[in-house]
Amino acid sequence: MPGEYAVELRDVVKRFITPEGRDLDAVNHVTMQIRNGEFFSMLGPSGCGKTTSLRLIAGFEWPTSGDVCIDGVPQGHRPPFLRPVNTVFQSYALFQHMTVYQNVAFGLEMEGASKDEIRKRVGRSLEMVQLTGMDRRHPKQLSGGQQQRVAVARALVKTPSVLLLDEPLGALDLKLRKEMQLELKALQQQLGITFVYVTHDQEEALTMSDRIAVMNQGKVLQMGPAVEIYERPTSRFVAAFIGEANFLDGRVKSLKGENAVVTIPAWGTDLAGLTTADVREGDDVAVSIRPEKVRLTDAPEAAENCLEGIVSTSTYIGSDTHVYLDVRGQRVKVWEQNRTSRLDPRSVYRAGAKAWITLPPENTLILAKE
Amino acid sequence: MSAQDTAPGARRIGLLGRLRESRVFQGLALISPANGYLFFFVVLPLVMVVILSFLSRGAYGNVEYRFNPSNYTRLLDPVYARILVYSLGVGFGTTVITILIGYPLAYYIARSPARQRSTLLFLILVPFWTNFVIRIYAWIMILRGGGLLDSFLQWVGITHQPLGLLYTPTAVMIGMVYEFLPFMVLPLYTSLEKIEEALLEAAADLGAPPWRAFLRVTLPLSVPGMIAGTILVFIPAMGMFVLPDLMGGAKVLLIGNVIRNQFLTARDWPFGAAASMILMIMTLLLTLYYTRRAGFSEDLLV
Repeated sequence: MPGEYAVELRDVVKRFITPEGRDLDAVNHVTMQIRNGEFFSMLGPSGCGKTTSLRLIAGFEWPTSGDVCIDGVPQGHRPPFLRPVNTVFQSYALFQHMTVYQNVAFGLEMEGASKDEIRKRVGRSLEMVQLTGMDRRHPKQLSGGQQQRVAVARALVKTPSVLLLDEPLGALDLKLRKEMQLELKALQQQLGITFVYVTHDQEEALTMSDRIAVMNQGKVLQMGPAVEIYERPTSRFVAAFIGEANFLDGRVKSLKGENAVVTIPAWGTDLAGLTTADVREGDDVAVSIRPEKVRLTDAPEAAENCLEGIVSTSTYIGSDTHVYLDVRGQRVKVWEQNRTSRLDPRSVYRAGAKAWITLPPENTLILAKE
Repeated sequence: MSAQDTAPGARRIGLLGRLRESRVFQGLALISPANGYLFFFVVLPLVMVVILSFLSRGAYGNVEYRFNPSNYTRLLDPVYARILVYSLGVGFGTTVITILIGYPLAYYIARSPARQRSTLLFLILVPFWTNFVIRIYAWIMILRGGGLLDSFLQWVGITHQPLGLLYTPTAVMIGMVYEFLPFMVLPLYTSLEKIEEALLEAAADLGAPPWRAFLRVTLPLSVPGMIAGTILVFIPAMGMFVLPDLMGGAKVLLIGNVIRNQFLTARDWPFGAAASMILMIMTLLLTLYYTRRAGFSEDLLV
């Protein structure tokens, strides 16, 4: 019986031995539940264990301890050719000696499907990725984007319950990548198949995913919807890896539920903020605020967390202006959206000008210090 | 062409200058070293052999410049025809056996950890450090009656009499396979090593158990190596004469021996040249046919 979860990793460890003979836990006690029909992304820097986790689900690796369940069934040491999942590889791994048609038909032939059925399903699959009429070409005769589509069609033709994608858009140029992101997302919604997507590109993960698991050094640091990951990171690593942030060192002065007051020694003031992790009074913490959440004004505001600074540089980048300020010896970056014409700029955009920044307490996040 | 060439009023240039501007001449000039090499070392000797094959043998083993097509008709004589067919068989057998032995070996090397690979490849090449004839004598020591193989088998108790392997077609076959094995292993290794691990993972991911992945992915992708290996083994095996001389006694005669004998012993150069031509044409046709079949139709092996 298919359970609530399409894929479940239960306390999985994958230990490799490095060429130097040391143990390396590429995946270190990872537990995650991926729901049916969900677009789930594993996001992290290279070497964080995201690809190994994907390979554990596909069956190319077996866990050192713990177990991987697919549709509620523990997989143990089941080989990949017996698992109800299919993979889109980073390098596409298309069979160069076969035509597009033969590539897509391969998985169905292994199932022992009839010639008629194969023809029907391959046709439908190629239509889905808009490659109709390309069936006689060889992969080498296709563009990168087309090869990518063949890889997707080849995996989807088997109608897997879970589709695994290992940085499938990494080799494409930016414009094509954006197009394919939307296409893949649309395909996933149309088919209702669970997608498990590995990427190191935070924007890609935010664009496509229902939920994201941010990983580092073999561990899952935070798991949740894109909004939650971006707006309420629980650790400094997550706040720094996804989007941009200003960081300050501080110490918790008082705590009332989620609201806290933190002393910032570098500024000699207190800041009001919101805790996202377990902290206690007197703890050393990191204070983080996104550059676009900082308010920039040319006069002091009658609000909490308002400080005076001097503009050091200001860069116009079209939609935004990036302003860097010196606030009592600390560098603070502020992204200002150019809602009105910048042909007549405000004085706060001039280098050397006096400016006031306000850090809204609901966006001033207090994170555990690592 | 650049705008300079077509610009009106371009300065007048001489014949040499015009030649230097010509694309065709530039191309010819650039490839002339290669062309010269091919002309002097391939075309010219070949033409000489062709001419020689239509001349006659003089009374004292000299070449007489008299047109004589009977060199070729002589090859139809059952004695020579049988040798020709037998040589084909030996060449074919050597190729097949080197593939059967060499494929697993090349596969094993290609799939070993990168650090061991170079050592294993090195071991394949070590025999080339010793002269070919000396290695053949080593085989004679092993195979001769009461030699190493016989002594060992009798010591273990598998056999009780000498096998009498030396100076038989089997001995020639053993020697041929031994000699040509590296020429099969190296190109096979090259194409097997190029097959990405991800391709086999993709096959497994799509539901192929290892043996089907091998038949559908590994084997077809190693065909170029197999073709290269076959050419490197089959062609020289067909012309081999030292090995059958030494290991086959006087009993095993290949077309290579016939040619050698005509040139050195019988001193009938025109007939030797004709035999060479036939050998060359035969191998050329077979190789062409084979590469066409294997190289341009991938359904062959699927």
